[in-house]
Amino acid sequence: MLVKLNISALSETRWYQYLVRFLLGGLITAGAGIIAKKFGPSIGGLFLAFPAIFPASVTLVEKHERERKEDRGLEGKQRARDAAAADAAGATMGSIGLIVFAVVIWKLLPVHAPWSVISGGTLVWAAVSSLVWFGWKRDWFLRYGEQVLASKRKAPRGPDNQKDLAAKL
Amino acid sequence: MLSGLREPGGTLKDILIRFFIGGAVVSAFAVIGDLFKPKTFAGLFGAAPSVALATLGLTVISHGKLYAAIESRSMLLGSIALFIYLSVITQVLVRTKFNVAAVTVAGTVLWLGVALGLWVLANGS
Repeated sequence: MLVKLNISALSETRWYQYLVRFLLGGLITAGAGIIAKKFGPSIGGLFLAFPAIFPASVTLVEKHERERKEDRGLEGKQRARDAAAADAAGATMGSIGLIVFAVVIWKLLPVHAPWSVISGGTLVWAAVSSLVWFGWKRDWFLRYGEQVLASKRKAPRGPDNQKDLAAKL
Repeated sequence: MLSGLREPGGTLKDILIRFFIGGAVVSAFAVIGDLFKPKTFAGLFGAAPSVALATLGLTVISHGKLYAAIESRSMLLGSIALFIYLSVITQVLVRTKFNVAAVTVAGTVLWLGVALGLWVLANGS
């Protein structure tokens, strides 16, 4: 199975770590509202995609992975770093879904019922992000890139290339 | 409770409502992310539209659909900046030994620079 549920991970997070996420999430949401009020929705809207809790989350991932390895008597520094990088790579794929989410809301919100657009946009985010992740996992993009490179290598040389070659000789 | 958003002078109430709803939605997405394995899939939730969901609903109630659509247009630019920020952070974590917390926090300056740069380009001023 590609994706698994790991309920025990919840017990690894301490109460104050939940509190930090809550405070950061609350602060950036309130902050985005204040910025929109002061500078207008055009500037305020930028902060709806601010990496609010990403630094806290990725640091937490690194900490948990290191502790897990050290509990088994292993040196977990590099493994923890790899886990943090994997989390960041996942978030990068999620941000592609967020770009599509923003387009859906921007284009459909003025002409459709707000709640259906916002909930539909969230489903689109989940679908696009998961699809990008699945494609990455199955090497779709790598294979596509290789096909493009292979087709370029096979392309016959044009007259300009032959002229360049003749000039060099 | 949400009627406070429409009241004149209800600024502090507005900020508090946004704070608590934002904190709850962001925490919920973070907890959902914690539940999944592998790490790359769990990481998807690091870029969930949590702040946007908390904000857009309240904005539609207080300022209307068009105001929220303007915010969403700018959110598109912020999302592109987020993609660039996260791509750079991933490469830095893979290729260097810098401290994870320091890299991710310092990197938010990159996000801000790219987001504002894109905003200036899009608005032509």
